[in-house]
Amino acid sequence: MSNDPTHQFQIFKIVPIHVGGVDLSFTNASLFMVATVACAAGFLYFATSARSLIPTRAQSVAELSYEFIASMLKEGAGSHGMKFFPLVFTLFMFVLTANLLGMFPYFFTITSQIIVTFALALLVIGTVLVYGFYKHGFHFLQVFVPSGVPGILLPLVVAIEIISFLSRPISLSVRLFANMLAGHITLKVFAGFVASLGALGALGIGGAILPLIMTVALTGLEFLVAFLQAYVFAVLTCMYLNDAVHPGGH
Amino acid sequence: MFVTPAYAQEKAPAHGAAPAGEVHTETGVAHGAEHGGGVFPPFDQSTYASQLLWLVITFGFFYLIMKNVIVPRVGGILEHRHDRIAQDLDEASRLKAEADAAVATYEKELAEARSKAGSIAEAARESAKAKAAADRAAIESELSEKLSAAEARIADIKAKAFAEVGTIAEETASAIVDRLIGAKATADDIRAAVSAAKVEG
Repeated sequence: MSNDPTHQFQIFKIVPIHVGGVDLSFTNASLFMVATVACAAGFLYFATSARSLIPTRAQSVAELSYEFIASMLKEGAGSHGMKFFPLVFTLFMFVLTANLLGMFPYFFTITSQIIVTFALALLVIGTVLVYGFYKHGFHFLQVFVPSGVPGILLPLVVAIEIISFLSRPISLSVRLFANMLAGHITLKVFAGFVASLGALGALGIGGAILPLIMTVALTGLEFLVAFLQAYVFAVLTCMYLNDAVHPGGH
Repeated sequence: MFVTPAYAQEKAPAHGAAPAGEVHTETGVAHGAEHGGGVFPPFDQSTYASQLLWLVITFGFFYLIMKNVIVPRVGGILEHRHDRIAQDLDEASRLKAEADAAVATYEKELAEARSKAGSIAEAARESAKAKAAADRAAIESELSEKLSAAEARIADIKAKAFAEVGTIAEETASAIVDRLIGAKATADDIRAAVSAAKVEG
């Protein structure tokens, strides 16, 4: 069991709940969703509870993340996009905390589940579509018609734009999912090499040094990826929201 | 896009009630048939409903907290700090203007005091000079008065002396003549002789 790199993604039930034949059990995945929200919300809540004029370290981390996302959204979607700030900030903090929590040994990584990342991506695209049509009506369809394209090419370009729009939720979700999944599997495989080579005696212990170094280096890399993927998810969310706010602004 | 093949492959068994391990060889990743499911865990559709439900609950709760508590609070902190910094800058520039005004007043007063001191010194010098000049003039005039008085007296005495010289000379001459020749010279002769001598001398 310890050498199976996919075991860490296994979902098991903690509190079985079945409603009308549908399995809605409270699982280890649910537990880590709760833990992610508790960590992120708890950190932001207690770090800022003093409301100090001169921030403590924790408060400046909270302020930094706030300003980081605020400037990202302002650059990506302009000042009209700022109404989506709570959504983007929530998405970023959720994904970042989930990714970082997943770095603890024996912890479950909820962003390594395609259904979770896909649901988050659908939330983004759904927001873009609903707000775009609500705000601009049929003008929102301009998003598929870039300005300055000659008439003959227009059908082709529009088709490409539609396909690229439809592929957004897939690319957004698969990017995060695959990065987390692949990183955790790689870590597990290299760590497994250390264990199995170490069991081979003196020569094996010598040979285990290389995968051990790899594991240490990969752990560092995975921390980077954990942050980077949360950042990429937030940046792309800002870009997609820009379409909802400024449909003609290609 | 490697999701779709695996997705399709495990679609059939996922609907089956028994999650037996007969498909796991086809998916190619699930060596862990011993712990149930048999499919690669992220593509195990039987967990999707539960994951979605709990994601909606937790994420929705998180969103509400962020929207209603965290974002207004952090925004408030940042705005308050921004206001406070702007206020402090205003206060600082106001104090600087005050300090500049105080320096300007000080400089002006200093210049005034300096020019006043200069004028006082000038006036004192002028009055001292004038007094000295007046004193000198008074002394000079007094001296010249005394001088002229002395000169007048000398002239007076001289004139008197000159006037008496003739008489003395006549008396002396008559006494000398008397002693020498024993005869009295006439007064007219002696007077003529003395006048002649006076003219010669």
